Amino acid sequence: MTELHSDHDHAHAPEDAGLGYYDIMETAVRELLISKGYFSADEIRRQLEVLDSRSPALGARVVAKAWTDPEFRRRLLADGRKACEEEFAISFYDDTQLIVLENTEKVHNLIVCTLCSCYPRPVLGLPPDWYKLKPYRARAVSNPRSVLAEFGTHLPEDVEVRVHDSTAMVRYLVLPRRPEGTESYTEDALATLVTRDTMIGVIPARLDGSQP
Amino acid sequence: MNPNFQTPPAAIVYASGERPVFKPGDAIRIRERKPVGHYRVPTYLRGKKGVVERVIEPAAVDNEEEGFGRNAGSRRHYYRLALPMTEIWPDYVGSPNDGLHVEVFETWIERI
Repeated sequence: MTELHSDHDHAHAPEDAGLGYYDIMETAVRELLISKGYFSADEIRRQLEVLDSRSPALGARVVAKAWTDPEFRRRLLADGRKACEEEFAISFYDDTQLIVLENTEKVHNLIVCTLCSCYPRPVLGLPPDWYKLKPYRARAVSNPRSVLAEFGTHLPEDVEVRVHDSTAMVRYLVLPRRPEGTESYTEDALATLVTRDTMIGVIPARLDGSQP
Repeated sequence: MNPNFQTPPAAIVYASGERPVFKPGDAIRIRERKPVGHYRVPTYLRGKKGVVERVIEPAAVDNEEEGFGRNAGSRRHYYRLALPMTEIWPDYVGSPNDGLHVEVFETWIERI
C-alpha cells in the first residue's frame, strides 16, 4: 500500500497511509449522493451517532430480562423487534425485523451472514471483524460444528445445530441458555454474563462470561 | 398465527402478491437461477430443497429489484426456510438434524 520513501525514515501515522481503492470509491459515492441532495453530511454524521450508541450491553439487558421475566421472554420470541422497542425503547432504524432464537438443551443457534455482514446492529452495535471475514462466513454454514469447536464450544451429537444465514430483511439474536447456579442473581448481575459472542451463538453464557 | 390465513369474506379481492403464496410446512425448492449482479439468495442454496418454516410479515419490496432501481413498489413476502445441512452439503459432518435457516423472497421459491 504505502511506498518506501528514500528521503525520510520515520513511520507514518495511519492517516498518512493513503486511501485504498474502496476508501476512494466510498468517498466519491458519498460526495456524489450529498451533492445530488439524497442526504446531507449531517445525516451521515447523525447515523454514525446512532450506530455508536448501540452495543452488546443493550442485547445483554434484553437477554437478562428474558431470563427473569417469562412474559417478556414470550413476547421477545414472538416478535423480537416489538418487544425490544416496547420494553427498552431500542429503536430499529433500518427497517429490519428481529427474530430471537432460543437456545435449549437440544437446540443450538448460530448466526452468520454469508453475503456480507448483516447483524442485529440495533441491539448489538457493530459486528466483530471475524464475523465479516470470509473464513467465518463460509465455514459457519458448511462446517458449523468445527467453527463452534474453534470457539471452545463442543456440542454433543444429539444437540441440533441451527445456522441462520441473515441475507435480507431479518436480523437474528441468539437467546443463550441461562447458566446454572444463577438462581439468586439479579437481572443486572445476569446481564454481566451475557457477552456479544453468546448472542451470536459461538459460545454459551457462562458464570465467568465477563472474564476473558 | 398469521391473520392472512383466515378465510376472507367472499367479496374481498386481494391484489397480486398481497397474500402469501406459501405457508408453514410447504415443501419447496429454492430456484436455480444465475442472474448477473448481486442477489440476496446465496448461490450455495440455489436448487436446494427444504420446507417453509414461517411467513415473514409484513410483505416487503423486492430489495433485489429495488437495488437496481426497478419496480420496487411491488410487495411480496419473504419466507423463513429450513433446509437440512445434508441437503446442502452431501459430505456434511455433524448430526443429520443440523439445519440451515434462511429468509428468501417469494420469487425465488418453487413448490415441490
